Amino acid sequence: MTLLSLSHMTVLRNGCPVVDDVTVNVTRGECIGLIGPNGSGKTTLLRAALGLLAARGDSSLATLPASERACAVAWMPQSREIAWPVSVQTVIALGRIPHLPRGARLRDADRAAVDAAIAHMELEAMRHRTATHLSGGEQARVLIARALAQETPLLLADEPIAGLDPAHQIATMQVFASLARGGRSVIVSLHDLALAARHCTRLLMLDRGRLVADGPPAQVLTPENVANVFGVSAFYRDTPQGVVFQPMELTG
Amino acid sequence: MRLAALLLALVAVLFAGSLLSGPLPVSAGQALVALFGNDGTPLAVVMREIRLPRALLAVMIGASLGLSGAAMQGFLRNPLAEPGLIGVSGAAALGAVLALQTGLAASFALALPLSALGMAVVAVLLILMLAGPRGASITLILAGIAISALAGALTSLVLNLSPNPFAAADIVFWMMGSLADRSFTHVWLALPFMLVGWALLAGLGRGLDALTLGEDAAQAMGVRLPRLRLALILGTAASVGAATAVAGAIGFVGLVVPHLLRPFVGGRPSALLWASALGGAAMVLAADIAVREIFPTRDLKLGVLMALVGAPLFLHLIYKTRKELP
Amino acid sequence: MLVSVRISSALAAFAVALTTATAALADAPERVVSINLCTDQLGLLLAAPGQLVSVSRLAHDPDSSAMAEAARALPTNGSRAEEVYLLNPDLVLAGTFTDPATVQMLRGLGIRVELFAPATALSDVRDRLAQMGAALGQQDEAARMIADFDAALNDLGDAPATRPRAAIYYVNSYTSGDRTLAGDILRMAGFDNVATEAGLSDGGTLPLEQLVMLAPDVIVTGRDYPGQARAEDVLGHPALRALQDTAVAGSLTDQDWICGTPAVLNAVREMRALRLHLEAAG
Repeated sequence: MTLLSLSHMTVLRNGCPVVDDVTVNVTRGECIGLIGPNGSGKTTLLRAALGLLAARGDSSLATLPASERACAVAWMPQSREIAWPVSVQTVIALGRIPHLPRGARLRDADRAAVDAAIAHMELEAMRHRTATHLSGGEQARVLIARALAQETPLLLADEPIAGLDPAHQIATMQVFASLARGGRSVIVSLHDLALAARHCTRLLMLDRGRLVADGPPAQVLTPENVANVFGVSAFYRDTPQGVVFQPMELTG
Repeated sequence: MRLAALLLALVAVLFAGSLLSGPLPVSAGQALVALFGNDGTPLAVVMREIRLPRALLAVMIGASLGLSGAAMQGFLRNPLAEPGLIGVSGAAALGAVLALQTGLAASFALALPLSALGMAVVAVLLILMLAGPRGASITLILAGIAISALAGALTSLVLNLSPNPFAAADIVFWMMGSLADRSFTHVWLALPFMLVGWALLAGLGRGLDALTLGEDAAQAMGVRLPRLRLALILGTAASVGAATAVAGAIGFVGLVVPHLLRPFVGGRPSALLWASALGGAAMVLAADIAVREIFPTRDLKLGVLMALVGAPLFLHLIYKTRKELP
Repeated sequence: MLVSVRISSALAAFAVALTTATAALADAPERVVSINLCTDQLGLLLAAPGQLVSVSRLAHDPDSSAMAEAARALPTNGSRAEEVYLLNPDLVLAGTFTDPATVQMLRGLGIRVELFAPATALSDVRDRLAQMGAALGQQDEAARMIADFDAALNDLGDAPATRPRAAIYYVNSYTSGDRTLAGDILRMAGFDNVATEAGLSDGGTLPLEQLVMLAPDVIVTGRDYPGQARAEDVLGHPALRALQDTAVAGSLTDQDWICGTPAVLNAVREMRALRLHLEAAG
């Protein structure tokens, strides 16, 4: 079943294509890593897919009415904004807004979703703390939990693990991978190619707005692609402990 | 819910206090008899025609200002956003003065609140345009200063050019606000607009909660921002416009009340809406009692008292948010 | 000791002033400029043709001036020293509340300035007429006018059986007490002033509530000025109409009530007619 289908998505900024003719289909059970150098159009592609940005081409999500879309996809933007001194639990419960009838309070199902998200992101200890008093990495985890609580078939997250410590980076990617195993799908943009290679089932590689590679990590992170797109050489080996990927040196 | 009960009780007590406060000492029993007896005695006239509308207006205006302040702050995600400080009240006062001095208000009564509402819409639009999607403090304050200054100057100009010898003295009223000798005429004039404004603003809670996480996240959670923005503009303009049209520009209510109550509602913008409405009503009632008890014969303006409480808090907030100022 | 020295020197100064004034009277002033609404009217009443050359701007305003018609024959001035000096007057008529800086400036420029205090009672009209007559060298005319005034006032001074209670109510909740010209007009017309009951013999702010509680038989309000002012709202407050036994007589305190001139007789007549009307209505 298709959760997202993008066909010939193009976003122009001042006449220049920032996202250039991207066609992608996302089905259930995928953990997709969106990779590409700075300015390659990762954020723009995700926002256009959500319909937050005017774009040419078709996105199955952008055409949905706002309330339906909110039940189809959760979005964690790159800017980690928590405007008011609310508790961690309150922030995460905001993820239930799309499911609540107007003016209703949290129901049991909503509370269960919030609890599950808190458990996923290991936030039980800081559940009642004020979110704005947490460190940047902790806030990021709270916001991921918020997106999880929305319990949508598809989750889009823009650099969710930037600024997290190694343990929490791995834990977060494992959460995404387990969601995929459970039949949901995740598209996560990230710069850590090693984590992408290890935890994602599929990678989308963007270069100057164009989708240059789409497939399992081993097919995307080829030496040619990595050199052409990122300008680095890399070490790639499938080991018994999983894939090991390490960027090594700048190429020409 | 305990907070709601507490605030309601506070409003009720202050409402009673407002009815009992005035140059003439009245006991609670006498006041009750006069209020409900309608026997045409001078005391009944005082209670029913002078004190009752005054107390009702204090509640209505306080609720309008508190609610608008909480809504604007929630939308701009900035605790400094307040109708008085960012020039919405000042613009509404200009609208009211224009309606009065051009004779429009005399030709049909609703022209007064409508004109105030119109100018308030202009001010809110300007603020939203200038402050951008996320109301950065510096632009918000600067835009507010500019709009307030312009509206104040034009109000003074219009009143100075009036053929009425007393119009110039009204400048203080329009800039500082007062409930002295307001009547039921003013209650009925303002109420319909306020009801519309309250309804529009009260419906914003869900969207404002979602906006806590930023515009993108809110939109992805199903919040329709253009509609939210429109409801905010019209709701604020209707309630602040109507309040200003009958009582002048009363500042700082929308700043002080949400700030005080935010910790008690866990910071949630939706809960802050109704809490600030009740808190605003309590604050204006208290201030209106104070101006009558401190200087019974002086018609001390409400804005004077509000500024004495609000300005230090405003400075404190600026100090706290100075990190985001360049 | 010190006090008595001060008093005697003050007396000496007064005597000097008096003799200069008398000396000036010997030859009547030829170019007189008035810069105060009340001296405008006293001057118009008593000046010989051509003697008064300019009146204040308010003199032409029928809302404020009881003699706007007569004043129209004369050009107006803005009551500022520069403008007045350029008119080259040998006497300037001003009120005691005229901006002291203006008076000082004119005196410094060597122009005689005669100051008139505002009237606070009907009897002051006599004194002001006499003062103006002396200033303009029209003592005979002034004496004749004072006699007429006394006679007219005498005719109006019947003592009513019952004196209705009245309040004078101006914009911004201001009222006039007994020790004011308006209060004296009220008394002469046969009313008792409720401001006295409120302890405001000189006048002052009478809160609307207090006025309602005093429940006077009649509330006399000022005239409606053009344009709008929130200060006037109190005169139209529904509470005033809600009082069952109180008549609200609007638009009464007008130009006739402002200055201590024989025009106050009109005000007394009007108020007396109002009282007789109320008596007839029962």
